[in-house]
Amino acid sequence: MTEQTPIVIVGTGLAGYSLAREIRKQDKDVRIVMVTADDGVSYSKPMLSTGFSKGKDADGLAQAATAAMAEQLDLELRTFTTVTGIDTNGHRLLLGDGSLTYSKLVLAWGADVIRLTIPGDGQERVFPINDLEDYRVFRKALKPGGRVAIMGAGLIGCEFANDLRNGGYEVDVIAPSDAVMPSLLPPVAANAVQQELEALGVRFYLETVVERLEPAEAGVKLFLANGESLPADIVISAVGLRPRTQLARAAGIEVGRGVTVNRLLETSAKDVYALGDCAEVDGHVLLYVLPLMACARALAKTLTGEPTEVTYGTMPVMIKTPCCPAAVCPPPSDAQGSWETEQDGTHVKSLFKNPEGDVLGFAVTGRFALEKQALSKVVPPIHS
Amino acid sequence: MKKWQCVVCGLVYDEAEGWPEDGIEPGTAWDDVPEDWVCPDCGVGKEDFEMIEIG
Repeated sequence: MTEQTPIVIVGTGLAGYSLAREIRKQDKDVRIVMVTADDGVSYSKPMLSTGFSKGKDADGLAQAATAAMAEQLDLELRTFTTVTGIDTNGHRLLLGDGSLTYSKLVLAWGADVIRLTIPGDGQERVFPINDLEDYRVFRKALKPGGRVAIMGAGLIGCEFANDLRNGGYEVDVIAPSDAVMPSLLPPVAANAVQQELEALGVRFYLETVVERLEPAEAGVKLFLANGESLPADIVISAVGLRPRTQLARAAGIEVGRGVTVNRLLETSAKDVYALGDCAEVDGHVLLYVLPLMACARALAKTLTGEPTEVTYGTMPVMIKTPCCPAAVCPPPSDAQGSWETEQDGTHVKSLFKNPEGDVLGFAVTGRFALEKQALSKVVPPIHS
Repeated sequence: MKKWQCVVCGLVYDEAEGWPEDGIEPGTAWDDVPEDWVCPDCGVGKEDFEMIEIG
């Protein structure tokens, strides 16, 4: 008997492993091969910004070894394997000299961190943190009680700022925006999070950027556009993520801001699917956990013979800043309306209401963060 | 009594302790936790994610 042509999943992050787990709930027998450029250790990326608060290093954040995942999910795992191309007509994944024939191919290869080109000779002290291995390298380079500069005041920058303070580090955050998490939070909620981070000892340098990085005795010196300069042992670059699309584009697969897929998670190429941080799903690029899990469940059914469109419900984003817990459900970008805010110090509840009074989005901080689940039930789902 | 762990954020639900903040009494088996309960830390729903039986 010839061996069954497998479902091939590229990527062993949260998207890849969640999909494999969901497939196994539907079908114990279908052959699955997973391909990854790294060691295949299972970990949860959102947890990388919680290491100090949880008292965990890189090994502590790892959830399961590669062999354990392969056994638990009954699949073949090819680690340290780089995908070089996709032959969509021949149903083959190209792996340098070799190739792998697929029945269905799933792209779950995630997003790249955006890397800024900053003049100066201090580049080797800049650490982007995009995966567990990056985190391991960063932790190894970090000396106890050192001083860390974070470029970027988005979700990841703020979470790392809180976590590093909890770990006993000096933290400076530099960002061009005039508030933290400008694309996610309305100003009142953003100010609340910023105030609590400042109370924790985080220093913010907003409305400016790092212009130059030069080596210095203790590590590196940052020269800011506003004329200030500050020393740091290490610089974390947290200026954003970009879905990985290059290999898909090279294979003639349609890409937009991410790999373009419909609600069946189908790309423009037959039998090729995408989910997670690399995918633009029905026009939505949402690099968060809830959409990813919804996609994994739907796609597992589709791949095992029951075509199922993903349905995005309300997708609140949890912001892991323990000094000021926060959650946000941004209103649709084209929504008409305005924010109504109830505030008690840094406890903020902002509701985005349309002229009819319907709640289309919310942002809650401090003790109001407890209301996130109740509010999620009020906001209309993305797909109704 | 068993414990269950959220694969996304590592939160542990201990059946012995329940989750009183959400009105889930101590001693509530995982199967009896309401279907609309979500992980208090990361917001992933009960049916949306795996709980790993850890003991």
